Amino acid sequence: MTTDVAARPTGERPATERTRRPRTRAIGSRIALLVGAFAFLFPFYYMIVGSLQKEPDPSPSGAFPNPSNLSLHNYAAIDSAISLGRSLVNSGIFTGGVILCTTVFGLLAGYALARLHFRGRGSTFALVLLVQVVPFQLLLIPLYVLIVRDYGLADSYLGMILPFAINTSAVFIFRQFFLQLPAAMFEAARIDGAGELQILFRIAVPLCKPALMSVVLLSFTGPWNEFLWPFLVTKQQDMQPLAVSLANYISTVASAAANPFGAILAGACVLAAPAVALYLAFQSRFTSTDLDSATKG
Amino acid sequence: MSSTTSDVRPRRPAGRGTTKSPAPRRSWRVRLGGHQPIGMLFVSPYLLYLAAIFVYPLGFAVWMSFHDYFFAAPGVQVDRPFVGLDNYTTVLTDPDVWRSFLNIAVFLVINVPLTTVGSLVLANALNKKLPFRSFFRTAYYIPYITASVAVVGVWLFLFNSDGLVNQALGPLAPSPSWLVNSHLAMPVVAVFVAWKQLGFFVVLYLSALQNVPQELYESAALDGAGRLRIFRSITVPAVRPATLLVLILATITGANLFTEPYLLTSGGGPDGATTSPVLLMYQRGLQQGHPDEAAAIGVILVVLITAVSLGYRRLVERD
Repeated sequence: MTTDVAARPTGERPATERTRRPRTRAIGSRIALLVGAFAFLFPFYYMIVGSLQKEPDPSPSGAFPNPSNLSLHNYAAIDSAISLGRSLVNSGIFTGGVILCTTVFGLLAGYALARLHFRGRGSTFALVLLVQVVPFQLLLIPLYVLIVRDYGLADSYLGMILPFAINTSAVFIFRQFFLQLPAAMFEAARIDGAGELQILFRIAVPLCKPALMSVVLLSFTGPWNEFLWPFLVTKQQDMQPLAVSLANYISTVASAAANPFGAILAGACVLAAPAVALYLAFQSRFTSTDLDSATKG
Repeated sequence: MSSTTSDVRPRRPAGRGTTKSPAPRRSWRVRLGGHQPIGMLFVSPYLLYLAAIFVYPLGFAVWMSFHDYFFAAPGVQVDRPFVGLDNYTTVLTDPDVWRSFLNIAVFLVINVPLTTVGSLVLANALNKKLPFRSFFRTAYYIPYITASVAVVGVWLFLFNSDGLVNQALGPLAPSPSWLVNSHLAMPVVAVFVAWKQLGFFVVLYLSALQNVPQELYESAALDGAGRLRIFRSITVPAVRPATLLVLILATITGANLFTEPYLLTSGGGPDGATTSPVLLMYQRGLQQGHPDEAAAIGVILVVLITAVSLGYRRLVERD
């Protein structure tokens, strides 16, 4: 019916059909959305319930928390196996280092690309864009050889941070932000005799808090969730971020222990919580602005 | 630095901005470095970094794939002779390598259409006036911001042989179970990745939908076009550039597959049915000590992805 409708004059259709159909369809699509949202959220709910079960219960009734079967025992178990505190500290240092480098490099490059007029600006911009298309799988082996073998940075925070210290999206967010500021402001400062460094530190940096916030949030989840690179770099357990130590626990213990799921899920909750909490707290910043500037350049 | 014209130029940094400033004012210093040559200083850390962490390793990877490269003790000078295409012949005559490329093809055939269609349909639904819209947007975005390692734990629990999914299916449960069944393991991995990444692509489509002129929808509705018809004739063509981006990004993400086969199917099992090229690069290059062969696999993979991406472009721009 949808295909021939366009040819037919609108007035001919019975009014009741026109008002009722979209209503029922809208309800149908809302139910579909609700079912979809359930499929997306249920694993997280199940993660929390499973992490609190004393005895793992994979039966359908196990999806509902049973007060007699609840305890924090699994959190203690995973803590004694992989030392949650130490892993969290490692994750924190790795993530913090990446955020710091991304912000400093991104702010300087983004400001210069937006507000300064210098030779090679066009080619710098092209280079920044080009990095976006270099696939990590090609860099994997040479970066390992360079950082771990040649520079001897295995089991060090610097070795983990190095490949993630610059981020194209961060440059774009800062650039986009500085472009939106009125040009007259920078011009006035120049006329008053301010040097370029003064303009950067007295005008640009104090104003860029909103962009800074977006960059910090955007660059948090990447290193916090990253598995492959820190997994290659860290062999000592006391240097491993949580994602790596939990993954090692999954791959070694999962086959050995009788039923290790409770401990795995407890570790998964600890790993997921900071990223999810940060997202829920600063939702609007995560989605709209960053992606617009990241995808549209 | 008294020129005021430099900031009137259009908001595009890459381009002919310099030509806009009046000619007589341009001294040799401006011509050599621009109005604010200090900008070069500001971008230099970034560029140096780029050279050390991206450009040099990129060249190194290609160089390595044409040489007999092996790990030696640090500081020891060893000869690494040029071997031409030897690494490529070794890799291309290896059935395991072919298997891994076939596996990733299976992955992409399932994952990419699922991701593209799923995210467009969802974004279209979420773009309308809807009660609890922000709740829905959050629900679909949460898997994307969560670590793979964390959600893999739950999926292992759910798709375990006596996990919740099989218990709910009862007699319909597949045997052998999902993740240890060589026919079902890769599809499960593909669905897992689609589920995890969908939120990102929904947001990408949502921002593309903001740019579709509202009048198009209004005049189509006035002409009596149904919802399906409007979606097919207006929405889909209008977001075509975003679709190309989604296709390419989903393919690149898929080609980088490592964590899921490493953890979900315990190292590329069953019988190598989920071994991905990147997992193979890790095994060959770092575990077995053949970084030159691993580099060759990497180069082949990147060439293939580039070819597929160009294919998408022709596909999307043709119809």
